[in-house]
Amino acid sequence: MLRRASSTLRPLINRISSLSTRSLGRLPNTQSPIVSKPHFFNSVTGDSNELIPAFRLIDGTGVPLDGAGLPELDEAFARKLYENMQLLPNLDNILYNVQRQGKISFYMTAQPPLPMTMSRPQGKTNACPGVAYALRRSPERSNSVAACFFGEGAASEGDFHAGLLLASTIPSPVVFIARNNGFAISTPSSEQYHGDGIASRGPGYGIDTIRVDGNDVLAVLAAVREARTRCVEQGRAVLVECMSYRVGHHSTSDDSFAYRARSEVEDRKRIDNPLARFRLFMETRGWWDAQAEEELKTRHRADVLKAFKRAETQSRWELGELFTDIYAGEEPWNIKEQRKELGRLLKKYGEDWEPWRRELQKYKNEGRDLIKE
Amino acid sequence: MPSIASSALLKHTREQALKMPEIVWADAELDEARGTSSLSSTTGRETRKMNTYQAIRDALSIALSTNDSAIVFGEDVAFGGVFRCTLGLAEEYGRERVFNTPLTEQGVVGFGIGYASMGSKLGNSTLGGRGMGGTAIAEVQFVDYIWPAFDQLLNEASKFRYRSGGQFNVGGLTVRCPTMAVGHGGLYHSQSPEGFFMGAGGLKVVIPRSPLQAKGLLLSSIRDPNPVVFMEPKVLYRSAVEQVPTSDYILPLGRAEILTTGSDLTVVTYGTSVYRCEQAIHLLTHPPEGTGIERTVRDALGDWRRSRKGQNTSSTPTIELIDLRTILPYDLPLVLRSLSKTHRLLIVHEGPTTGGVGMQIAGDVMSGFNTTSTTNESEEDVGRMRREAFLGLEAPVKVIGGWDTPGVALQYEKFYIPDEVRILDGLLEVLAY
Ligand SMILES: Cc1ncc(C[n+]2csc(CCOP(=O)(O)OP(=O)(O)O)c2C)c(N)n1
Ligand SMILES: [Mg+2]
Repeated sequence: MLRRASSTLRPLINRISSLSTRSLGRLPNTQSPIVSKPHFFNSVTGDSNELIPAFRLIDGTGVPLDGAGLPELDEAFARKLYENMQLLPNLDNILYNVQRQGKISFYMTAQPPLPMTMSRPQGKTNACPGVAYALRRSPERSNSVAACFFGEGAASEGDFHAGLLLASTIPSPVVFIARNNGFAISTPSSEQYHGDGIASRGPGYGIDTIRVDGNDVLAVLAAVREARTRCVEQGRAVLVECMSYRVGHHSTSDDSFAYRARSEVEDRKRIDNPLARFRLFMETRGWWDAQAEEELKTRHRADVLKAFKRAETQSRWELGELFTDIYAGEEPWNIKEQRKELGRLLKKYGEDWEPWRRELQKYKNEGRDLIKE
Repeated sequence: MPSIASSALLKHTREQALKMPEIVWADAELDEARGTSSLSSTTGRETRKMNTYQAIRDALSIALSTNDSAIVFGEDVAFGGVFRCTLGLAEEYGRERVFNTPLTEQGVVGFGIGYASMGSKLGNSTLGGRGMGGTAIAEVQFVDYIWPAFDQLLNEASKFRYRSGGQFNVGGLTVRCPTMAVGHGGLYHSQSPEGFFMGAGGLKVVIPRSPLQAKGLLLSSIRDPNPVVFMEPKVLYRSAVEQVPTSDYILPLGRAEILTTGSDLTVVTYGTSVYRCEQAIHLLTHPPEGTGIERTVRDALGDWRRSRKGQNTSSTPTIELIDLRTILPYDLPLVLRSLSKTHRLLIVHEGPTTGGVGMQIAGDVMSGFNTTSTTNESEEDVGRMRREAFLGLEAPVKVIGGWDTPGVALQYEKFYIPDEVRILDGLLEVLAY
């Protein structure tokens, strides 16, 4: 306490305080305004009772909200969007059953069909800023941005935070797109974070952020277009959080009714189906009808089955590929030695050891590429 | 041909289970402390048929019920975990003690380190007064996802005691994680990374082979005064079924176990590979009839017999099969004692060969000058044993591990994981040398 300082210190203190009254105003590392009342805060909207708003353009019946500025969109593009969205439940249905029949080992469901690809949960959020930085440095790609998709669960990893921090501090044009579908396997988002979703983290890193109704494809389209524009113009990251609900199980290894009521899922499906919403929108414009829907379903089914059949009958690459693409350049001695060792074993047991004989038939050349060496 | 389910290494009867070597019953320990004797023998004890995930759940339940400070947490743990090891525990012990964490392994392990540190004993009192910290049982959903927590494990957990001169510790920390391949896991659900932990002095690494082992070793790990990474072979969760004692017991850490005794070749392994080694040893005496394998085995054993001329040996070699159980610090003296009989060594595991456990053991056997002989007669002279083991070798040491590829590729898994025929070949090669 200055006032109680001993008399020997007084002259020094006087000097410091006279200096500081002149220079004090702003703090050294921030332009924060100075206040004399303690102000704790726990919101990025300024009002601690108010949540970040969610951007929506069409309602549950496909009708635009009052004052909604729809994104530019013609019939051809709308149909393409819808067809892509419809493909996902088709893929899910067919591949889910195929997995049940044991033809593939594992499948990760894609529902809800947001207009975005599946997120590979972890790791990529960290690499995106570097990708974007490289784009920025490529003169012919200065108009490009990196897009990074991830779930609300993945956003808990340190990678996510490091990714956002770098993409804003070392300005890098990344559009971070979170699919907040309420679950990470069994963990509900209420146990994933205590703050206001993923969007609240953007401003913490100085990143322009928006929360969108993820079941409204037009809102997602408009938000991502704008995000992309900002990203290119400012050269910095933008964060888009799409709110949705995972109606499927996490994967074929998961039975989600072990941790949530079947009725909760059924209710959700009834209340809000992103496909139905967009379809109604298209129908009112005369861009879609029941016949188109039927045709699309038949076509998708045929396409998925055809692609699956093709994949199913394709033989694997040569077994020797097991040892390729480990290093570029000179192959080290241990890899060479191990390739030879497997070749020796195949030569010795490949015909006689039934499990190997059967497995070898799945590869192009049936392992002969290794035996020959 | 024995499968995992029919393996003779599993205890299929109550009597076998209760006679498990080195088992320490918790109530017997209490009796000893009190000078009483109630159930210290095998009479009156119950066993129940359990698979590995049930045995692990049983161990966790005992840990929670015998120690108020114990907490169990990790991704998706509350609903039972993706492998069902924590099924019903949240309901039984409450969400304060069994809970989900956000999806962050560094967070999970870091949290465990903090909680465990609050159980450090300073003199006679617990750090922070009568704090509740102490026993933190964390789950990392797959060992493939332990890397975000590697920094926490190596730079915090392993160093905690050392850097504070023994004042603080995180001995209450146990990190459970499913490990090894299952046949369809691909790059991110098949890894066996124990080799990366070999240099992590201060940590222990344990890998059980069966339900009975898993329960005893997990309870040991939880109660051990050091942080332990406990890796559970995924394929055994359901396929390995055993009679498991229902009461509280532990099996010692740092001690390997001889599963079958033999005098001609020592095979050291752990985890899922234990069963593949059993199968390979079976093939040695029962090769598929009328196949080239039968001839290969006959020829190799002929060479082996000729190499033993003058020595009084049986017509078929006997194999000493050793389950390491604790990987760090591992039981080198037991391996050396075995080698003093057999003079031949084969090590088998799934993880990559370079930098793996097998090469570590091979190196330890060969580097006899690294140890000074002891003059203390009550101590085993490991230095002398090492030199004798190396000089006594009748064949080079063979290590059969995964290849040095960056992970186990889905389509090539059958030719990546050392299987029974590849191990058989190793047995023959070392025997016939
Ligand atoms: C580092 C890491 N930890 C754990 C896992 C296991 N895992 C796979 S998917 C998943 C949940 C992901 O949830 P979220 O990010 O919300 O994506 P969603 O599946 O809901 O789209 C988990 C925990 C993993 N793949 N990687
Ligand atoms: Mg999710």
